[in-house]
Amino acid sequence: MTFLIGPECVDVMDRSCVRVCPVDCIYEGARKLYINPEECIDCAACEAECPVQAIYFDEDVPEELSWAVADNAAFFTEVLPGRAAPLGSPGGAREVGPVGADTPRVAGLPRAADG
Amino acid sequence: MAVVGAGPAGLFTADELVRQDRLPVTVDLLERLPVPFGLVRYGVAPDHPKIKAVTRSLQKIVEHPRVRFLGGVGFGAELDREDLLRHYDAVVYAAGAPADRGLGIPGESSPGCHPATAFVSWYSGHPDAGPPFALDARHAVVVGAGNVALDVARVLAKPARALERTDMPQPVLDALAVSKVTDITVLVRRGPEHTRFTTKELRELDELDGVAIRVPPGEAEPGGGPLDRTAENNLALFRSWTGEPAAGTERTITFRFWRRPVEVRGTPSVRELIVERTRLDASGALTGTGEREVLPAGLVLRSVGYRGLPLPGVPFDHERGVIRNAGGRVVDEAGEPCPREYVAGWLKRGPSGVIGTNRMDAAETVALMVEDLIGDRNGSGGPPIDALLRERGISPVTLDGWRRIDAAEIELGRRAGRERTKITDWAELRRLGGVPG
Repeated sequence: MTFLIGPECVDVMDRSCVRVCPVDCIYEGARKLYINPEECIDCAACEAECPVQAIYFDEDVPEELSWAVADNAAFFTEVLPGRAAPLGSPGGAREVGPVGADTPRVAGLPRAADG
Repeated sequence: MAVVGAGPAGLFTADELVRQDRLPVTVDLLERLPVPFGLVRYGVAPDHPKIKAVTRSLQKIVEHPRVRFLGGVGFGAELDREDLLRHYDAVVYAAGAPADRGLGIPGESSPGCHPATAFVSWYSGHPDAGPPFALDARHAVVVGAGNVALDVARVLAKPARALERTDMPQPVLDALAVSKVTDITVLVRRGPEHTRFTTKELRELDELDGVAIRVPPGEAEPGGGPLDRTAENNLALFRSWTGEPAAGTERTITFRFWRRPVEVRGTPSVRELIVERTRLDASGALTGTGEREVLPAGLVLRSVGYRGLPLPGVPFDHERGVIRNAGGRVVDEAGEPCPREYVAGWLKRGPSGVIGTNRMDAAETVALMVEDLIGDRNGSGGPPIDALLRERGISPVTLDGWRRIDAAEIELGRRAGRERTKITDWAELRRLGGVPG
């Protein structure tokens, strides 16, 4: 069980969630934010802050967004484009800073302006 | 800088202060208790270990080389406002909202009717907790629509064996093991869509062994108006619980909506709670319909709001129960800033949000502090507080002292096969903390 960020965040990245995360486990990709499922403590602070309601508890994710659960985790467990190793659980997004890459699925999503 | 209170608000304030790089600072965390973490230690439910894990992040703040933990140093007791303004360049009040709002109904002071926080303090092993709760009544009513009400209902409903691995003190576990409470009512004054329960914590009730969750037919009805996602998710859960509970369960939690308590009855202790049906009037305000109902209740716990307590000498908004402030700058009655005094957390904005909300809140306060203090050479320039503390015979519990308490609790827990068992005795905490007898 964990919280995760859905594609509503893509190209929005408001970051209100980052400011309320007590364990600093929300990491910044190039187009979207990602919650580290290993570091998240399920406190739900972020859920209420998101202006586009992109944050879901994994059990509440609607069917059409169920891919986002694994995708959110993949940001940390897979090797992202341009990186040599998976991000893993660095223990704090502030120290890591913007990662500058996304999962392939998110990177491939159309930009709002395109569609 | 002095930060008054080492709960989440105070600790996130300290964190923001040492993280910013425009103003070189060191921070003294002045905490009334011998131990840090405030409501993370004494409020977060013992059976929510994942949320308690925030402690790891908070411990890092306490251990920061430019942060100093001074436990057993209370504002208004060991030190007062003048002391702090004389010895520090700025002070941040982050003492929380420990006072409970009453129901304001007759009979409320009867034995058996308590603030939910008294129950929480007891099962959390707070050194100031009152006498043990005798759980010898069948019916308990919890008044409230927030996560505290939910925690209390869940702890009452859970089989004691499911709590054995928590950090609850042994006498609490013993009392819960012989609890006669079987029927727990959560009374919500408004509709199901107005509850402030976190959906995840509501859903957790479905997982409880031997506990049935129930909503009487026709009560999980919203009062009209648009619903946000949380309201919709909560509503769906309440609807799934509508009807009679499955047979064979040991305990039942019943949610009642659109009912407000009007009188507590019974001598020498509580026997019943009189409630009145409510509805929203044309303006959207809650109003009573006059229709009454009697709920059997041998225990009534209220969690209908909290307020800060005034700090001697600091401007206070008695209506809201917070220190008068503008975004975290303490202001007087005329709205003029009180130089070098700031506030963060519940004492600044009232008791809202979750642990993480205090991080954003602290960042707001610290941004103003930096703006005000940068280039300001009017700070106290005073000597460190240490000499004053010595002069008054006060030996604070330092980081080392807290580490000894922490280690002792972990060892106590290990012997009982648990992660930790809390030490609840002031004298023992002080002794372990290194405070001379």
